[in-house]
Amino acid sequence: MNDALHVELERDDSVLVMGEDVGRAGGVFRATAGLRDRFGPDRCVDTPLAEAGILGTAVGLCMAGWRPVCEMQYDAFSYPCLDQLITHVGRYRWRTGGGMEFPVTIRMPYGGGVRAPELHDDSPETYYVHTPGVKVAIPSTPADAKGLLAAAIRDPDPVVVLEPKLIYRGVAEEVPEGEHVVPLGRARVAREGSDLTLVAYGAMVALAERAAAGLADEASVEIVDVRTLKPLDEEALLASAAKTGRVVIVQEAPRTCGYGAELAAILAEKAILDLRGPVLRVTGYDVPYPYWQIEDAYMPSIDRVVDAARKLLEF
Amino acid sequence: MAKVEKKGAASEPLLREFFREMLLIRRFEEKVEERFRAGELPGFLHVAIGQEAVAVGVCRALDDGDVIMSTHRAHGHTLAKGTHPNELMAELYGKLEGCSHGYGGSMHLYDVEKGMLGANAVVGGGLPQITGTALAFKFRGEPRVALAFFGDGATNIGTFHEALNLAQLWQVPAVFVCENNWYAESTPHAQHSPVRSMSDRAVAFGMKAIKVDGQDVEDVYANTQRALDHARGGNGPVFLDVETYRLTGHYVGDPQVYRPKDELRELRETQDPIDKLRERIGLGDDELEELDREITEIVDGSVEFAKAGTDPKPEDALKNVYA
Repeated sequence: MNDALHVELERDDSVLVMGEDVGRAGGVFRATAGLRDRFGPDRCVDTPLAEAGILGTAVGLCMAGWRPVCEMQYDAFSYPCLDQLITHVGRYRWRTGGGMEFPVTIRMPYGGGVRAPELHDDSPETYYVHTPGVKVAIPSTPADAKGLLAAAIRDPDPVVVLEPKLIYRGVAEEVPEGEHVVPLGRARVAREGSDLTLVAYGAMVALAERAAAGLADEASVEIVDVRTLKPLDEEALLASAAKTGRVVIVQEAPRTCGYGAELAAILAEKAILDLRGPVLRVTGYDVPYPYWQIEDAYMPSIDRVVDAARKLLEF
Repeated sequence: MAKVEKKGAASEPLLREFFREMLLIRRFEEKVEERFRAGELPGFLHVAIGQEAVAVGVCRALDDGDVIMSTHRAHGHTLAKGTHPNELMAELYGKLEGCSHGYGGSMHLYDVEKGMLGANAVVGGGLPQITGTALAFKFRGEPRVALAFFGDGATNIGTFHEALNLAQLWQVPAVFVCENNWYAESTPHAQHSPVRSMSDRAVAFGMKAIKVDGQDVEDVYANTQRALDHARGGNGPVFLDVETYRLTGHYVGDPQVYRPKDELRELRETQDPIDKLRERIGLGDDELEELDREITEIVDGSVEFAKAGTDPKPEDALKNVYA
């Protein structure tokens, strides 16, 4: 993320970063480290604790030609700015008949699994996906994190980039140097297979990979990494469903009306004749995210994914 | 404490121009009320009858490059910022020729070219956006000011406090115009605000505040100029504490059971900004009649223009959600 921000701020002088502790402190997860020293305090703006104010200010900056990148310090800290997002950010272009562009990027550390307290591990993607005019991306690898953030910054529309905290420190890989853009709206087949598809995004992709390895003797498992929740790469989803005929969706967000429900509905509408069994979901639960002693019971586990896959294979 | 500043003088011809604009806004809103009651304009409608001096006094003090945002009571601000009555009326009729292309209606008026960055149905919603636009001007070193209109009711919402705090912290060229009409929708001021003087809200952030008589267009104009000079000069934002009166209900059709019995009649007799300005410039009956005739033609013409406009098609709603 840090590399993407350095590259994009260098490339385009209308890009600026703003948020709590992003400047001198470099961000709680170090995503903005070094930006203030390199680009100055007007391109890496420290703000008070005021999420609605941050996003509202970013809207005003957009109106005057900037491309702001707002950091919300944690997933659940973004709720105070939902008002600005829902009532303004996603609507201005529409309301003005295309007269105003809103190239704002809202990025935040996302999801659970890092032993954080409640309100530091939420999965709020559905709120954003459900908001017209807003795009949503969730990377699952460091390279995609860089590429999707760059695409979000360059996109003419508001994009919410949710950065799985498990990936920040849990995954290490080489990331392309310099400009690297992963286009929005394109899923990635993370693993080829022929018997069953696991559809996942964010930190659940790595979990799906481990589950697929565990099933290796029983089935050939394909993994579709959604990457962009909106706009969704429907073609990739339907292609994989047509290929394997069996789909298990994995999300760490609460179950009801989660993003998996939308994927399941699309499969029911458009792939019913390709399916050999019901679309199953492995999800979090409809409860507030629990404290660390029982968080493992909340999060989808390899066992839960494997059980769901076996159930479907035996259907 | 807010400072009560000395008036700057507006010339006689300028005051006559102000009068014409205020009368145009009044007649426009009366016509809109009439068409609403006749059933031609469905939905909800808020007019600002009684607050015309604020719209005209403030907007006439602005430079062309300055921008404004407004509230759910935005017809006057939009006209005063330069939007043609035809385009505004067409918007209220939901036509593609409207200033928001028929997508916004009364509560979401836009005219980006004229520097009207949006009216807003969510009270206080536009305030941080004005801070942001002003911050953009400051970053670019542009001598422009961003100005927000809002009511006394908006001073209770979180975005008001976040926006003023950030504006003062960053010393941005913004002006916050509080149109205190003493009612937040139907809730009287004393029941919604623990402080009587709205200036106290701004002073809490260390922001310069100026008290303004919103029924006196000269006072509004002169103090807005001072506020703009201050902000444009890099001295930080200004809060204009404008006391005004809404000589009508919150919405068209409001029974106003929350007002003391004789309040509206008394206010209309003593606090109508158009009557006050007429007296100030000594406009005779004949002159007024002629002006009124000319303005009525413009307003009637705007209704004709609107009715002849293009209806949007259902598929138009699909456009411009994304680039």
